[in-house]
Amino acid sequence: MSGAGTPKAMKALASAAKKACGKAVIDSKVAFGEVTITVKREQIVDVLRTLRDDLGFQQLVDLCGADFPTRADRFDIVYHLLSLTRNERIRVKVSTDEAAPVPSAIPVYPSAEWFEREAFDMYGVFFSDHPDLRRMLTDYGFEGHPLRKDFPMTGYVEVRYDDELKRVVYEPVKLAQEFRSFDFLSPWEGADYVKWSGQLPGDEKAGGKA
Amino acid sequence: MGVIVPAGAAARSSVEGYDPKVHDRFFEAVNYELGEKGFVTAPLDDVITWARTGSLMWMTFGLACCAVEMMQASMPRFDMERFGMAPRASPRQSDLMIVAGTLTNKMAPALRKVYDQMPDPRYVLSMGSCANGGGYYHYSYSVVRGCDRVVPVDVYVPGCPPTAEALLYGLLQLQKKIRRTGTIAR
Repeated sequence: MSGAGTPKAMKALASAAKKACGKAVIDSKVAFGEVTITVKREQIVDVLRTLRDDLGFQQLVDLCGADFPTRADRFDIVYHLLSLTRNERIRVKVSTDEAAPVPSAIPVYPSAEWFEREAFDMYGVFFSDHPDLRRMLTDYGFEGHPLRKDFPMTGYVEVRYDDELKRVVYEPVKLAQEFRSFDFLSPWEGADYVKWSGQLPGDEKAGGKA
Repeated sequence: MGVIVPAGAAARSSVEGYDPKVHDRFFEAVNYELGEKGFVTAPLDDVITWARTGSLMWMTFGLACCAVEMMQASMPRFDMERFGMAPRASPRQSDLMIVAGTLTNKMAPALRKVYDQMPDPRYVLSMGSCANGGGYYHYSYSVVRGCDRVVPVDVYVPGCPPTAEALLYGLLQLQKKIRRTGTIAR
């Protein structure tokens, strides 16, 4: 397939995907050299099957989540597909919230099993008909979903070896020093004017000559 | 070829005050004792610590990128074996655990279990920023802020990751520590 990856080929792919999947597609666009289609959550399995069988996207490269706390449907589940025969990639998005389950992609792409477990672990998104939806990466008995925006970076517990109990124990986090956010714009502490003006003193003289 | 060094004049002879004909006094004394009496006397503690420093079998606890430098330290270029250190895959055969890399909450009980399985006397060397104090991941929800929260540490080697050279220096410091503080009962 010649011309794969050109803007023209990508537009053609976007419209072909839209045509093949019909009413399931909410939105399709080409941005930053990548094709993205947004589809209805209930029909994601049909869409994936169409893309695999009719358009030749044989591989599920990645399945991941994204959190947008301000939205009503706060999570996006993003599928990245690759076609080796077409030399093209496509991104499929569905949105969901904490409660509504996304149909599992395992019937179409068996490799989705661990990806979905990871997305469940990190975001708490449920996948219906998943055979083994357990936590995957976080600690045994971990509480919360760490990649949610409302999850504190330092978490809730930390571990320590207890000499009396002779085992590793969990305790609430107690930081010796709070997290500090450094301003790397200026090497001098308290140089807030750099933040206000957006430039170091003297830079205004350069006046765009750089 | 460079300068041809005449026989009997080692390269060190250019160092001021160095006389290759005068040997190290320690070796002179040992040599004399052996030659005259056929045996050497030394405190038992010294012999035991000498034996310990000369056979630090280390447990490979490679957790992250530091492990690559740890491997490099045992490869021919730095060659830890010349100090009598050999990697062991089993904690029951090892004297030293090199914690090389990020220790996560999930790994912490396993690390402690491995440490508990090591026979006394046992030593722990914490290698790299992450093992020393959490390093880059200090504020993370899933990382132990220093492996000394879980096991007692003898030597800390700073760096991210420390070079094989730095690790080797740390190991030599550990040998020095064992020589200084080692007793039969630890």
